Amino acid sequence: MSDLFTPMFLTTFIVGCIMGAMPLMIAAVGETIGEAAGILNLGIEGVMLVGAYVGYVVALSTHSLWLGMLGGAVAGAVASLVMLVLNVWLGLNQIVLGIAVTLAGTGITSVLFYQLYGSNTPRVPDVFEWQIPGLSMIPVIGPSLFSQSPIFWVCVLLVVAAAWALKKTNWSLSIRAAGQMPSSLDAAGGSVMRTRSQAVLVGGVFAGLGGAYLSLIATGAFTPVITNGIGFVAIIVTMVTNGRIIWVAAMSLLFGLSVSLGTVLQLTSLNIPTDVIGMLPYVVVMAVLVIFARSVYISPALAAPYTRGAR
Amino acid sequence: MTLAVETGVISLKHITKTFPGVTANDDVSLDIVSGQVHCLLGENGAGKSTLISILAGMQQPDSGAIEIDGVPVRLGSPRAAKDHGIGVVYQHSTLVPTLSIIENLMLGETGLLKNEKRAIARLEELSDLLGAAIRPHSRTSELGLGQQQQVEIAKAMWTGSRLLILDEPTSMLTPRAIDALAENVARLKAGGLAVVFITHKLREAYAMGDCITVLRAGKNVLHLAPGDLEGRSEDQVQDAVLKAMFGGDLAAAGGKGAASDLAGATERTRESVAIDYTQRPTRLRLDGISTRGKTMDVVVTDVSLSVHEGEIFGIAGIDGHGQTGLAEVVAGQRPASSGRVLLDDVDVTGKGVRERQALGLRYASDDRLHEGTVGSLSVALNLMLKRIGEAPFWRWGYTNRSAIDAEARQMVDDYEVRTPSLTTRVGALSGGNIQKVVLARELKGDARVLVVNKPTYGLDLKTVQLVHELLTDFAEKGGSVLLLSNELDELIVLAHRIGVISHGRIVGTVENRGTETAAKVGQLMIGGGEHDQK
Amino acid sequence: MTRSERPRWRRGVDIVVRSVLPVLFALIVGAIILWALGKDPLTFYADIVANGLADGNWQNSMVLMSPLLIMGIALIVVFRGQLWNLGYDGQYLLGAVFAAGFGPTLTQQMPPFLAYVILSIGAIVVGALWTLIPAWLKARYGTNEIITTLVMSTIGIGIANMLIKGVFQDPNVVTPQTAAIPLDAMLPFIPGTQVNIGFIVAIVVALAFHVILTRTSFGLRLDVYGSNPKAARHVGINSRSMVVVLFLISGGLIGLAAAMDMLGQWGYLRANWNPSYGNEILPFVFLARLSPLASIPFIAFYAVFATGATIASQQAGLSVDFLMVIVALVLVFMTITEYVGTKRDLGQSYLPDELKDAFRRPFASMTRRTTS
Repeated sequence: MSDLFTPMFLTTFIVGCIMGAMPLMIAAVGETIGEAAGILNLGIEGVMLVGAYVGYVVALSTHSLWLGMLGGAVAGAVASLVMLVLNVWLGLNQIVLGIAVTLAGTGITSVLFYQLYGSNTPRVPDVFEWQIPGLSMIPVIGPSLFSQSPIFWVCVLLVVAAAWALKKTNWSLSIRAAGQMPSSLDAAGGSVMRTRSQAVLVGGVFAGLGGAYLSLIATGAFTPVITNGIGFVAIIVTMVTNGRIIWVAAMSLLFGLSVSLGTVLQLTSLNIPTDVIGMLPYVVVMAVLVIFARSVYISPALAAPYTRGAR
Repeated sequence: MTLAVETGVISLKHITKTFPGVTANDDVSLDIVSGQVHCLLGENGAGKSTLISILAGMQQPDSGAIEIDGVPVRLGSPRAAKDHGIGVVYQHSTLVPTLSIIENLMLGETGLLKNEKRAIARLEELSDLLGAAIRPHSRTSELGLGQQQQVEIAKAMWTGSRLLILDEPTSMLTPRAIDALAENVARLKAGGLAVVFITHKLREAYAMGDCITVLRAGKNVLHLAPGDLEGRSEDQVQDAVLKAMFGGDLAAAGGKGAASDLAGATERTRESVAIDYTQRPTRLRLDGISTRGKTMDVVVTDVSLSVHEGEIFGIAGIDGHGQTGLAEVVAGQRPASSGRVLLDDVDVTGKGVRERQALGLRYASDDRLHEGTVGSLSVALNLMLKRIGEAPFWRWGYTNRSAIDAEARQMVDDYEVRTPSLTTRVGALSGGNIQKVVLARELKGDARVLVVNKPTYGLDLKTVQLVHELLTDFAEKGGSVLLLSNELDELIVLAHRIGVISHGRIVGTVENRGTETAAKVGQLMIGGGEHDQK
Repeated sequence: MTRSERPRWRRGVDIVVRSVLPVLFALIVGAIILWALGKDPLTFYADIVANGLADGNWQNSMVLMSPLLIMGIALIVVFRGQLWNLGYDGQYLLGAVFAAGFGPTLTQQMPPFLAYVILSIGAIVVGALWTLIPAWLKARYGTNEIITTLVMSTIGIGIANMLIKGVFQDPNVVTPQTAAIPLDAMLPFIPGTQVNIGFIVAIVVALAFHVILTRTSFGLRLDVYGSNPKAARHVGINSRSMVVVLFLISGGLIGLAAAMDMLGQWGYLRANWNPSYGNEILPFVFLARLSPLASIPFIAFYAVFATGATIASQQAGLSVDFLMVIVALVLVFMTITEYVGTKRDLGQSYLPDELKDAFRRPFASMTRRTTS
């Protein structure tokens, strides 16, 4: 077992953690903003897949991962329009719409993928590893954490920016009011619809980015249902962390850890079936839900559309 | 500290607003002048709330215009109304509980970054004007109701001030807080602000108002300008208002005496039949009942009382001091953490809602729309809602439609419920008829003890009278009533004894005899109200 | 005129329109997508009809209808209580693995009908038990059941796969699947057809639950609970047991659907296979307004459509997942038609006031008055 904890192993392990954590973290941050405003986006899985697919296609045709990420973000925004128009504007049922978006996203990306890339799946250009001078020399952490793609760092910055926005801007007050007591935002002269629309769009952009990160950076190609339920894990993470981004990051890392653990366990001589490894993150999630059952707090206006002056 | 107040005249011209089935405002015109308190008087359903929501930018009139100093303006959204300096303090709090006071006040500000310093400065300005001390970083839940109202006033005046609208502001206040409110209003008025004060109590309108407009069935039926008010005594004003409010229907409303009572014009006295307790058995007894709180409810602590056969026992108190908790623990919807509930000397503390029902305990809650009835189900089913599974309406679980319909038909006839049919969704009925459905259901069968919470909230005068009659009849036939209400007048008219609840405790009980009941109850409420001033 | 005052025939037309229109729109948009992908929509839809109905293919549709209908009822029961049991995939596979795993041995060792009964009961129990944790979390702590059922589903799928590849693996083949129930030991056909009696079971379940949900005290309590838990508490309904009972019924029915599917249609279970029936019939259950009786024609329609489309897709060189897109479209159009219909009933304009305002001034200036 001693050969298990070589620096090489640990480096791979940490890289695996980051790969597993980032798509989740990005999507969960977006969902946090959405849920703070009162929107439970069950379609996040579908939006992430759309972002992953479009990012993949754009990266292939432009040979640029950056443009691919951008494409994923835009696609995410477009995909979130369904929820925007039908739920925020027209007040239709959030849960049913969310299921529809997930189904549509999964279905369309599958169909298109088979249509265009079914026979051979080209890979996107390789990720450029930016070796940060000096820091990348530190054993174990150097080659892993400090040799990530610049895209990684940009995404980290986005997460930090979101955390800052949720603390320091007036916009965050409007969002929290829209989620807690929409009538107070209305009475204060704000617009519940505008605030929620913005939150949904931001959530869509982040989900699209998360999906694109998954196909472009973490794996290198798109496969149907590549997300494998990560969107729903993002929803759980959001609910359990109750709007605190730092905890979103922590839980995402925990998830990434269990994914990475699964991968490395396969490399060992321990004969653990792949199914158990695949289930591991979800068992962890379920355990978290049971342990923290008492403190999972759901804002009162979640999933309830707002009509001004409704009787 | 100067406060930038915009003066001028706000005119409502020929405002009409209809909803499906009802004309809420019918060609209403009136002027609001700076430096004056303009009282808007009218019973529930007269159209006051709709007019206010139009002024606040929440709704648009179907026709008519609003002018400020002769210039037509369009108040298309709450933001637009705010930009014109119109602020509203509603009956129900619009403060977000999870945000601090200063965060609540900053809500709706433009600009990217939160500018707390500027907000705190503005809060100090307004606090000075109001004569209040408001701590910016406390949470709403830490404030008493009087203080919350002050924050709401500050919020309404946050972005500049021309007009402050107060919607039934006294309904949840102690007498002392009402005085404080009157002081605040006087100061604001002196500063040049225009104030619109909405109420359904004539006494208040006379005391607070510089001019009075009376609304009835959507129309402006009387306007008393400052000149008119100065010249007349309170009685004369009362006459004029009552005539306007009831027109030729004074007789229908029970004559002038009753009408003035209903309009909240005079002091009330008990109208239910007197009873002698020593001769009557105790029907309901509470021994040291306490409940554990859920979220923000006030906990009920160590409540003991008894209600005798034929007695109406009233519970007075400011809204939110544990009334609902008390009602629910008696009904069995909430568990008691200590103490006992006894029904006819039987300990029912451990028994659930249905068991207590079987023993004759009934509960009409204050939430007739979302708790007392199921809006999407028919009138017939709602009338049977607490008897699900009982024979002969259900045989081995199978529904017996004809038996249910027959029973429902009889209840609808007995209680004069106006409904197109038995299968109509109960949500389509008017508030008064929904309340009749609730009471018909609760009083049916072997009802012995009725717990009723705010039975006439939001109802028109005729239905209020009907409900009062139902309750007094029930008591006269030997039933017992535990009546919780925040309308002191109602309690005085109906109850034999009145207990005052404050912060979850019964702080005293008053025998309802003679004309000092209101004063004594008020005293007890004030005593409890000391806690308001933190 | 309020809805209840309109003549009955108009209400009938209304209901038909609201039920059919979403499907129609979905098919039209589906046709557009097909055309964009370079396929001929008319051929595609004609193929669906041919493969779903013609030449005795309708029997295949009826066979598919059996698990679909039972699962539809399972969803209706919980949805009427405003509970979201989205864990149908995991519950189905666990029930299926029980039936397919023990199927071969039990059907050999005892009279077939006894085996069917035991296998069905076992599958029902397994499906019901898998809902227990989410049900308890919801009843006791109010934990959002959407999340818990979804996560349990993923775990359930994993466990099922493990069992297929492990204990229940067919020793005679390389592919990961259970041993097959011999053809003559599977559910018998309805005499004169190629449709197994699972179809009868499904119809009986649908009819039985229609009566239970609309004409019994239990059904009324469910309706009260579903419309407002506060009212349920007021009336004396035990909400906690209601939640658990509804979930157990739902999970149990899903287990039954799986058993019927295994014993009647497939005979064996392959690893990493998930028919995902729940996702597919979801919109049709809503279109039927959560009425078990009305769901029969809707699910019948879908069964034909799915049977036909599976083959039509292959013929057109299209991924079978295209079906998911159509289903999603039906869902979306269904919510829109409901919205339009409700607004018309209440006599309100289609666009909420606030939205009309936002259109008038879409970019409300960021530099307006602030505190002075």
